Amino acid sequence: MQVTVHQDKCVASGQCVLAAQDVFDQRDEDGVAVLLDERPPTELHDDVRQAAAVCPALAITPAGS
Amino acid sequence: MVVGASVAGLTTAVTLRTLGYDGRLTLIGDEPHTPYNRPPLSKQILAGTWEPDRIKLRTDEELSDLDARLLFGRSATGLDTATRRVTLDGGDSVGYDTLVIATGVTPNSLPGAHHLAGVHLLRTLDDALALRADLRHRPDVRVAVVGAGFLGSEAAAAARRMKLDVTMIDPRPVPMRRQFGDRIAALVGRLHKKNGVSMRCGTGVRRFFESGGRVTGLELTDGTLLGADVVVVAIGSVPAIGWLAGSGLELGNGVECDPTCRAAPGVYAAGDVASWHNDHFGCRMRLEHRLNATEQAQAVARNVLGENRPFAPVPYFWTDQYDAHIQAYGIFPADAELAVLHGELEGGHFVVAYGHAGRVVGVLGWNSPCELRRLRQLVVDRAPWASVAPTPPAVWTGRHLSASIR
Repeated sequence: MQVTVHQDKCVASGQCVLAAQDVFDQRDEDGVAVLLDERPPTELHDDVRQAAAVCPALAITPAGS
Repeated sequence: MVVGASVAGLTTAVTLRTLGYDGRLTLIGDEPHTPYNRPPLSKQILAGTWEPDRIKLRTDEELSDLDARLLFGRSATGLDTATRRVTLDGGDSVGYDTLVIATGVTPNSLPGAHHLAGVHLLRTLDDALALRADLRHRPDVRVAVVGAGFLGSEAAAAARRMKLDVTMIDPRPVPMRRQFGDRIAALVGRLHKKNGVSMRCGTGVRRFFESGGRVTGLELTDGTLLGADVVVVAIGSVPAIGWLAGSGLELGNGVECDPTCRAAPGVYAAGDVASWHNDHFGCRMRLEHRLNATEQAQAVARNVLGENRPFAPVPYFWTDQYDAHIQAYGIFPADAELAVLHGELEGGHFVVAYGHAGRVVGVLGWNSPCELRRLRQLVVDRAPWASVAPTPPAVWTGRHLSASIR
C-alpha cells in the first residue's frame, strides 16, 4: 500500500490520527496532517483505509493493497 | 436501496460493498451532479479558490466500480413500507429489501423573498455557484447575510475575503450562540467585526425592497434600512422528510430511529435526516455535521448486514472563518459550564471544556487542533467535571493535561 496525503485539501480534523496514529500525525502549528509512514505494514492497512474513509476533506489516498 | 446520494448515502453504498455485500444496490439522488463534498461550498467554492471538480466524492470510474444502479437527478416522492417500494418523481417506483434514508435537509426560506433575483439560499453546488456569480457581478456589491449560524458566518467571511461590503443580521445577540453558547459566540462576533462585517444582531428582517424583480435592500425589525444587492438567507434547515408523509415511519425532528439507526423493519436512516438516541450522551440527537454523515452511514451499513450495534459517537464539527479554525467534539448545551484547558480566550489559541450534569460533554478548540484532539478523550471518558473545573489547578496547564491523557 502506498499512502498519499494531500495537505492542500487537509482541514486539520485529526481524524486520520485517531484512526491510525502510527501512520499519521498533525503539524503542531496548524494541525495539517503529516504522513509518518507512506508504506505502512499490512496489519495497519485497515486502519489506513478507515482514516481515508472518515477524512472529511478527502485528503488521503491509499493506493494498492 | 439508498435514497440520498450525498456523503451519507454514498458512504452507505461504499461501505456495504467494502464489507462484502454483493447483491443489488440502488443509489438515488435528487441532484444532477455526481456526489460531492459540501463543506467547501461556503468556503473555497464560494470564495472562488476552488472549482467544482475538486470536491467530487468519487471519480466516475470509482462510481462505476460500485456496481450500483445510480439514479441521479431523480427524487423520491413516496414510500410504501408494506410493499417495500419507493415512488420516484416520474411516477415509477422501485422495490427494495432494505432501505436506507439519507435525504439530508432542506434550507429554510424567508417568506416573500425568494422570487427576487439576488436572494440566495446556500445548500447545493448549484446554489453556491449562483451565489458566487452574483458576488462577482460587480466589485462594489453590497451583501446582506441573514442568519449568523455556521453557514451565514462562513458566507460572510467568504464575501469579506472578496473585499465586499457585508452586513450580517441575526435575531440573537451574538453569532453562533446556539452552537457555542454566549462566551465563545461573543468571540465569533468580535472576529467578524474585526474583519469588517457590519453586525446587526438582535434584529430580524421586516421586508425586502426591489426594483424590476431584483432585490435592492431590506428593512430590519428595528426600523433600519439597508441597501443590498445580494442577500444570503442562512436561517437553518429542516429534515427532508416530506416524501415520507403517510409512510407509517415515525417522523419528528427527522426520521426517528432507535439507537442502531433503524426506523422500522428493513428501514434505516443516516446523516442529517436521522434522529436517533445516542447512548453515549443518553439523549436523542440529529446532527448536520460532515463527519457524522460518514460515521453514521458506516454504522448503518454494518447494521444492515446484521451487526446490530448502537451508534454512539462523540460528534465532531468544525468551521473556518477568516484566520479562525474552530473545531469541536461532543455536545454544547446552552446551560453548560465552561473551563479553559489550554491557552487563553483572548489569546487566539485555546481549548475550552463544556460541563453539563457533572461531566465533560464537549471540548472546543480555537486554532488549537493538536491540543483539541488530545483533549477529546475527556468527552470519550465522560470525565467528571470536577476534574477540570472551575479553574484548573496551576499544574494542569493544557500541556500537562495533554501529556497525561495522550
